[in-house]
Amino acid sequence: MIEFKNIKKAFGDKEVLKGVSGSFKPGKTNLIIGASGTGKSVLLKILVGLVEPDEGEVIYDERNFTKGDKDLRTAVRQDIGMLFQAGALFDSKTVEQNVMFPLDMLKGKAYAEKLDRVNWCLQRVGLEGQNKKMPSELSGGMRKRVALARAIVGDIKYLFVDEPNSGLDPQTSIVVDDLIAEITQELGITTVIVTHDMNSVMGIGDHIIFLFKGHKLWEGNKDQILSTDVPELNDFVFANKLAKSFKKNEDEAA
Amino acid sequence: MFNNMESVRTYFRLFIDEAISIGVGSIIIVAIVSTFIGAVTAVQTAYNIVSPLIEDYIIGNIVRDMTILELAPTITAIVFAGKVGSNIAGQLGTMRITDQIDALEVMGINSVSYLVFPKILASMIMYPMLVILAAFLSLYGGFLAATLSGLSTAQDYIYGIRFGFNEFTITFMLVKSVVFAFLVSSISSYKGYYTQGGALEVGESSTKAVTTSCIAILVADYLLAEIMLN
Ligand SMILES: Nc1ncnc2c1ncn2[C@@H]1O[C@H](COP(=O)(O)OP(=O)(O)OP(=O)(O)O)[C@@H](O)[C@H]1O
Ligand SMILES: [Mg+2]
Repeated sequence: MIEFKNIKKAFGDKEVLKGVSGSFKPGKTNLIIGASGTGKSVLLKILVGLVEPDEGEVIYDERNFTKGDKDLRTAVRQDIGMLFQAGALFDSKTVEQNVMFPLDMLKGKAYAEKLDRVNWCLQRVGLEGQNKKMPSELSGGMRKRVALARAIVGDIKYLFVDEPNSGLDPQTSIVVDDLIAEITQELGITTVIVTHDMNSVMGIGDHIIFLFKGHKLWEGNKDQILSTDVPELNDFVFANKLAKSFKKNEDEAA
Repeated sequence: MFNNMESVRTYFRLFIDEAISIGVGSIIIVAIVSTFIGAVTAVQTAYNIVSPLIEDYIIGNIVRDMTILELAPTITAIVFAGKVGSNIAGQLGTMRITDQIDALEVMGINSVSYLVFPKILASMIMYPMLVILAAFLSLYGGFLAATLSGLSTAQDYIYGIRFGFNEFTITFMLVKSVVFAFLVSSISSYKGYYTQGGALEVGESSTKAVTTSCIAILVADYLLAEIMLN
């Protein structure tokens, strides 16, 4: 379980997060949603330690990541996998080298053992046999899947994903979303996804946190989100015309 | 710098990779530039000597002092900034804006020691070697220009190179090389590593890396001359 308490962060005099708390459970896909610029990515970066919060703390299964010493942070980091928006694959390395990279950084594993694990991960994301390709030879969806394979190659407990669907067509988006959700259940890991894609919310939103102007305004799951009475959330959920017209019909019928 | 995950072997391999790309990758451009600089220096020195009282061996002598003291380490440093500096800044800038640096950090890898230190170290070791090559080729370029155009005989030119040779000039050249290599690689790494934005800003970082490096080289050149030659 990941807990975060009273997270505050400002850049200069711009307060981005104004005291956000919450927790994420294992085996679930946890979503952080909200409009552009509300600080979703900043919160995610604080959770994984890429950005230090001004106040508040992040706790991974009783391990205080924010206040912990170097050894504790290293230990937590080894349990973390992260899938970046554009994949963040290392351009100069092949698919296999990219996926193997986190394992190479840990001493004492034989190449054959590592390769087995890499091949399992590649097969799991549907890219078996693509080992020798370079990232530049892959489509956006394939890059995301390689990045996902790299994120899960270590023995991770927590998976973080920033905008899994950016730059992907709706069908590929669903494939990637479902893959993340399946892997989350299979491995029993805690997955945290930042998104503003309502398709993802309705597809895999086991637990959802809605951020608005630096505050957590709402928390729930995909079954509850359509019937909330938080106006800001309704504006977000029913932002597009199609959704709005459904909502109107429903309200009139009621 | 080395924590339990990152073994010394990994860093050694990174250093070797960088040394090859930085050193070997610059040989051709450095060779071309330095050969021509030696040739031009020889021709212009001959052109400036109009008095019959000045002996022909002076051409070799002046080419030697000009190239070892100044042209080989400094002009090559400008070339080095243009090639290696822009490359370092572009590479790190791209890694920054595509989250590759963040990806390393999340994996628990210190991105500065993984990406930056090997580049600086490799530059400081490879660049002096390039300068030694440049010095030899400048002398050779001067030799070719002087003898082929009949400005000086081969014997005179070689006598000139040996005449009144002061070993300290070599030490000075190597000290300059190490300082310049450190400046170019660290300035360029800094500009690249702290890139923010997109592809446009990566280009800007590259340009700034080169211009800032060039100014730093010239300032350091002056300061070193003041400190070591006075
Ligand atoms: N390193 C930084 N320095 C200064 N300001 C920053 C920094 N990182 C983020 N911000 C600011 O914090 C605010 C929130 O940014 P963030 O990237 O978290 O938004 P987001 O919710 O992820 O939006 P999007 O959906 O567009 O990705 C923005 O106004 C951004 O300009
Ligand atoms: Mg974002």
